[in-house]
Amino acid sequence: MTLPLILFYAFGAILIGSALAVVTARNSVHAALWLVLTFFTSACIWLLLHAEFLAIVLVLVYVGAVMVLFLFVVMMLDVKVAPLREGFVRHLPVGLLVAGVMLAEMLGLIGFGKLNEGGALVDAAAAQGLSNTEWLGRTLFSDYILPFEIAAVILTVAIIAAVALTLRHRPNVRSQDPSAQAAVRSQDRIRIVEIASANKETP
Amino acid sequence: MITLGHTIALGAILFCISVAGIFINRKNVITLLMAIELMLLSVNFNFVAFSSFLGDPAGQIFVFFILTVAAAEAAIGLAILVVLFRNRATINIEQLGDLKG
Amino acid sequence: MQSMLLTIALAPLFGAVVAGLFGRQIGRVGAHTVTIAGVALSLVLSLVVFKRLAFDGAPVFNENIYTWYQIGSYSAHVGFLIDRLTAVMMVVVTFVSLMVHVYTIGYMKDDPGYQRFFSYIALFTFSMLMLVMSNNFLQLFFGWEAVGLVSYLLIGFWFKRPTAIFANLKAFLVNRVGDFGFLLGIAAVLMYFGSLDYATVFANRESIVGKEIEIFSGYAWAVPTVIGILLFIGAMGKSAQVPLHVWLPDSMEGPTPISALIHAATMVTAGIFMVARMSPLYELSETALAFVVVIGATTALFTGLIGLVQNDIKRVVAYSTLSQLGYMTVALGASAYGAAIFHLMTHAFFKALLFLGAGSVIIAMHHEQDMRYMGGLRKYMPITYWTAVLGTLALVGTPLFSGFYSKDAIIEAVHHASAQGGAAYTYAYWCVLLGVFVTALYSFRLLYMTFHGRERFVVADHGSDHAPLAGSAPAPAVSSHGNDHHANDKADAHDHHHGHQPGHLEHAPHESPWVVTLPLILLAIPSVCIAWFFVEPMLFGGFFDGAIVVAPAHDVLAEMGKDFHGVLAFALHGIQTPPFWFAFAGFAVATYVYLFNPAMADRAARLFAPLVRLLERKYGFDELYQAVFARGSLLLGRGLWKWGDARLIDGWIVNGSAALVDRSSGILRWMQSGYLYHYAFAMILGLIALLGAFLWLK
Repeated sequence: MTLPLILFYAFGAILIGSALAVVTARNSVHAALWLVLTFFTSACIWLLLHAEFLAIVLVLVYVGAVMVLFLFVVMMLDVKVAPLREGFVRHLPVGLLVAGVMLAEMLGLIGFGKLNEGGALVDAAAAQGLSNTEWLGRTLFSDYILPFEIAAVILTVAIIAAVALTLRHRPNVRSQDPSAQAAVRSQDRIRIVEIASANKETP
Repeated sequence: MITLGHTIALGAILFCISVAGIFINRKNVITLLMAIELMLLSVNFNFVAFSSFLGDPAGQIFVFFILTVAAAEAAIGLAILVVLFRNRATINIEQLGDLKG
Repeated sequence: MQSMLLTIALAPLFGAVVAGLFGRQIGRVGAHTVTIAGVALSLVLSLVVFKRLAFDGAPVFNENIYTWYQIGSYSAHVGFLIDRLTAVMMVVVTFVSLMVHVYTIGYMKDDPGYQRFFSYIALFTFSMLMLVMSNNFLQLFFGWEAVGLVSYLLIGFWFKRPTAIFANLKAFLVNRVGDFGFLLGIAAVLMYFGSLDYATVFANRESIVGKEIEIFSGYAWAVPTVIGILLFIGAMGKSAQVPLHVWLPDSMEGPTPISALIHAATMVTAGIFMVARMSPLYELSETALAFVVVIGATTALFTGLIGLVQNDIKRVVAYSTLSQLGYMTVALGASAYGAAIFHLMTHAFFKALLFLGAGSVIIAMHHEQDMRYMGGLRKYMPITYWTAVLGTLALVGTPLFSGFYSKDAIIEAVHHASAQGGAAYTYAYWCVLLGVFVTALYSFRLLYMTFHGRERFVVADHGSDHAPLAGSAPAPAVSSHGNDHHANDKADAHDHHHGHQPGHLEHAPHESPWVVTLPLILLAIPSVCIAWFFVEPMLFGGFFDGAIVVAPAHDVLAEMGKDFHGVLAFALHGIQTPPFWFAFAGFAVATYVYLFNPAMADRAARLFAPLVRLLERKYGFDELYQAVFARGSLLLGRGLWKWGDARLIDGWIVNGSAALVDRSSGILRWMQSGYLYHYAFAMILGLIALLGAFLWLK
């Protein structure tokens, strides 16, 4: 029993526990926070697997961005939790059954007896004298440059889509229209009207 | 010593938990979204495990892309959720049966 | 030549189209003018063609006018083959047709369908001309079907009468049976010769000798026999040979002019013409010829017998037609094709004459057709009477009349053929010989019952004379069923006879107008004397050389030709032969029974009651067909309707597929709940199944 294995079991236990807490939490905010813990623990395990870059990205992106977004949304929406919890108990047996069957099948596919077998970790990056980040970066920017750029486009599209979806125009809000302001000409503002004088003087 | 079996078994457990979560939280969209994030995490677990144990960077790069797409998905999913709540004042899936013919 | 032939064929078509489509605009006079002009033009040009071929020695014309389509090596043409055989047919068809056209002006003058009628008969003339002028089997078949169609239309011309509709349906269906055989025959020709052109087929006719075909495995048939019999089945339908003769008597439901034109003179002879045209093929098969002769002989005798017990004037003539067609068929079977065509020609004239004469009587009797209510008409309508006498004399075969030469030639030919061999020919000889007696008997019976004896009708003007009808006439209740219908349904077609009693006339009968009598006179002339000019060339003089091929072994006409010493000698010789005495016996019996001793007819009828009943039921053919084929096809049709259509197609295929879609879409609709978790659940179930499959495969 080496230290990494002990740590793996410990983090694994936390991971399973927090994941269970996510799906069973009564409050969405709590669930989100449990999810944060789940991601954190995952990152730790990934560190054990020598996937340092992804572990950091997981924390930065997920915990830092996505989960914060979740929390924002949860808090922004004034959701009544009680009706959403209806049927929780009723569906619990089915859920457990399905999950249990699936777990049994998956573990069956992996092989119950072979969980402890298999080779040791291969630290390919260290073997080449590179850090994990550099190792990934070299591959990502050479072989996977096109997918990388497409991923960038996807993110941009997602940003624009999210903004477009949630943007709304409120009719009763006063706001400036700078372009209209800049386009104004003097003729639109002043009109000179000639008025015939009442008593005309003849020269 | 950590073996491949350990890690993918952990991923399988995580996946099954998220499946169970989808089942038992069938009314709350937010929790559903979180369960889906959990599911993605379990898949990522497998990729990372295989990548690490085979010494192949492709798995980790795939995880990188999955994270990217998942982030985008979460952003759009939450945006839809916000619009939905704005229009319907609920996120109860049972009341979202408009597509039923 | 080509444009002339096209004119011959198309002039009646033009008349038919104009009269048919624009009948309302051009009126009655316009309709009959345009059609008569078309047919008259055809007649004149046909006579020119005939003269050129028969007297000027013009070569045979055989050209394709128009190519209809081409498939691979086979091409379908519209073309004309004009030889002497065709020329004879063209003259006969157009002449009789013209006579009938003129006659129709008088016969149909009160009918609301006047223009339609003229259109039909002109269309018929066109179809018949296409049939006889064809130079290939396909066009022959086209003409064949077209005359059948026009026949159908004309039999049902008075379409408000249920009996007419029944009759035209019957004619059409019975002809379908024949046409099926005909089509199979044409298909066989195409299969073995690869062409439908007469010239090609006849040139290669030797190629099928000795070939065999197995229609049912294990039974090999000689190909010439199969082709001959199949084609002849077509002729049996069109020319009304036993057992496909049943439609012809019923077709008398049509107006009399078309009975004369179609069901006596021209269309029914199409089968005879066709077999004569196919003589090169028939000469290859003894079996087919024997088949033809047996069928013809049976028709000749036994349908004539039915004519003895008929009381409807037109039906008597119709059965006479059947009998005479049997004679022609016998001649074909005896390889005396020339005699068949010759009889066809003479018969066309005198039978058209008799039909038109019967029509004239019917006009005079105000559309009463039952001979039992006639009698003594001689003094009212002398022209009709005398022309009818001439027609009858020609029909029974009085020496020097045209019918004598043609009929005697046939009997003589069969006699020769029977001497050469075959029980079939001996049977045929006796049939045609007895047929002569029967012909004379029914012909004179008709003549006497109609024109002689007491007047058995009542004229309304002699008001007090509403006493019972003449004692010798049987009560109407026992009359044959055809007349019953007629008496009842006549009122529908002829409103002015409403409520009319059979045998009661509003006016005394009188001679028909000139448009009716003129055709009678014009037809009487060839009925008497046409044979004087044509008996020698047509029968013995090689008139049809090239058009008709006879194997030397069968050439009975050539054998008879050795003893031919001129028209008069032929007639004198005829008096010494049995047929003349048979005819004379028939005449004597008829004269005694129907003219001098009418009561004897009843006694004879009682004496031979079972036989009479058999004849009155026409040997039960109608009942048999009604019971077997009509009911059988009704049952089949009902079965197909109830099971095939209502249950299988409507129930299972049409409604079933709709119900299937309905049900399956109901399931899909139930599945597509619109709830996210249901879809998720389905996905997860699928995932479980997939994992299970992997686990199982592992």
